[in-house]
Amino acid sequence: MTSLPSLPTPKKLGLVIDLDVCVGCHACVISCKEWNTGGYGAALSDQHPYGADVSGTFLNRIHTFEVVPEGGQVIGEAGEARIVHFPKSCLHCEDAPCVTVCPTGASYKRAEDGIVLVDEDKCIGCGLCAWSCAYGAREMDLAAGVMKKCTLCIDRIYNETLREIDRVPSCVRTCPANARHYGDLGDPTSEVSRMVAERGGFDLMPEQGTRPTNKYLPPRPRKPLAASAGPAVLAENTDGAKGFFAWLDGMLDRI
Amino acid sequence: MHPAPSVIIFTTMSGLGYGLAAVLGLGLLDPSAVAVRAAHVLALMLIAGGLLASTRHLGNPQRAWRALSQWRSSWLSREGVMALATFVPLTISAWMSVIEGRHVPLAGWISTAMCAATVYCTAMIYASLRSIQAWNTPLTPLCYLLFATAGGLLLATVVAFASGGPGSLLSVPALLAVVGAWVAKQAWWTRLRTLAPISTPETATGLGHIGRVRLFERPHVNENYLTREMGFKVARKHAVKLSKLAVLVGGALPVLLLLAALLAGNGGLAIIAAVLAVLFYAVGLVTERWLFFAEARHAVMNYYGG
Repeated sequence: MTSLPSLPTPKKLGLVIDLDVCVGCHACVISCKEWNTGGYGAALSDQHPYGADVSGTFLNRIHTFEVVPEGGQVIGEAGEARIVHFPKSCLHCEDAPCVTVCPTGASYKRAEDGIVLVDEDKCIGCGLCAWSCAYGAREMDLAAGVMKKCTLCIDRIYNETLREIDRVPSCVRTCPANARHYGDLGDPTSEVSRMVAERGGFDLMPEQGTRPTNKYLPPRPRKPLAASAGPAVLAENTDGAKGFFAWLDGMLDRI
Repeated sequence: MHPAPSVIIFTTMSGLGYGLAAVLGLGLLDPSAVAVRAAHVLALMLIAGGLLASTRHLGNPQRAWRALSQWRSSWLSREGVMALATFVPLTISAWMSVIEGRHVPLAGWISTAMCAATVYCTAMIYASLRSIQAWNTPLTPLCYLLFATAGGLLLATVVAFASGGPGSLLSVPALLAVVGAWVAKQAWWTRLRTLAPISTPETATGLGHIGRVRLFERPHVNENYLTREMGFKVARKHAVKLSKLAVLVGGALPVLLLLAALLAGNGGLAIIAAVLAVLFYAVGLVTERWLFFAEARHAVMNYYGG
């Protein structure tokens, strides 16, 4: 059924991605592809994997942006200019247009936890859901002819045969910088919700009216390099010296 | 957006077919004339050919029947349901004309209404997508409906001249519909070319509060499904030139040829002029439909520097 759940879902499972922390290593891209190509459904195929024109299906990709404030021309010169690594996967929107446009009922949003999924046995591969997604979260698998998308690793998060620490999406488990967090954004007391509240987490393209579940945390304001160094040691000043050094200070003064 | 031939053929062919079927449904032409009987068959062939072409871009066409299930929410599903349902009155009308040589008003009028509804559903598949701002306007269904009407009336004018029917009677509304369609399209183009994008790299990344956002590195060096499907770009200077050519070939020439047919009266010259009008119109229509896709920018391109 491709109508959206009529009531707000009791849980809103999703990701919080910290743009301040992501180092752009692409480890989450690889672990996502590895996990999701081996379990349920069609494999994430590659086209011409050893040719010049290689391409393939990915559910998570990292873009890198350059942000230049007014007046700043060169990265690193103007105060707030910076490079931001930007991981992007399905945002599991509350008003997901990819669900309502689906003609077959293959695309659906779960009423219990808000995860948006594709039933591959029903998918005809028309591609309309990918057209409707402003975020580019869906990619057609060209070998299987069905639409693939992030499942929030539904086969991990509810999988009791895994150790508890592993019951999070593969990208979250893998991230070496801890830039990706998983949790219930419908629960205001959850760790992810508190993080969003403290850091001013935001929606991508709110003007599209999709109400994404996933949130992004903005990069923290920059500080000058010198601010990270400790207070400079002043050789002429011995104020506050204690113990042995106070005695030495006194002795040397007397000589 | 990538202008896929299957989708261009689908929307133009089925549009012409539904237009012709809708005009035939009004019963203005002699249902026992050979040309009118052939026109019924031609309309069904155009519609069926268009629908078959549309299944060419499916990844799993053998499951296409499933697309009939989600008419409550999906315009694509509604289009599929309407397309199949419309075959019922269309087949009855065609049977009555081809086999029995008569027009059944009830079946005809239902055909006309359902043809219009189907074309509207086709247009709404595109017009309902917020992610593609160029299409997300009521002008899109208006253009689709007017182009289908104009095409149907042009084809019916040929049939009318060929069957010794009221060719001059049909060529006037045909002429008006052609003008109306291109005027609506001009409004669509004006809107497109003066549009301020609602989504920008700044809103797409949420980093606009720091400064101007520019793509530094793509996720991968090569193309992917998204950039192939949605990253198609046509140079604006060529788009403007092509749209002018489309108006000239698909609008001005058919109008002049219709006027020539009117002056020629009922005869061989009028038929030739009307056939040429249809052919030029079809070329203009395919150009218009190619631009409809090629000029449309998808919001996801904010992430790909396009």
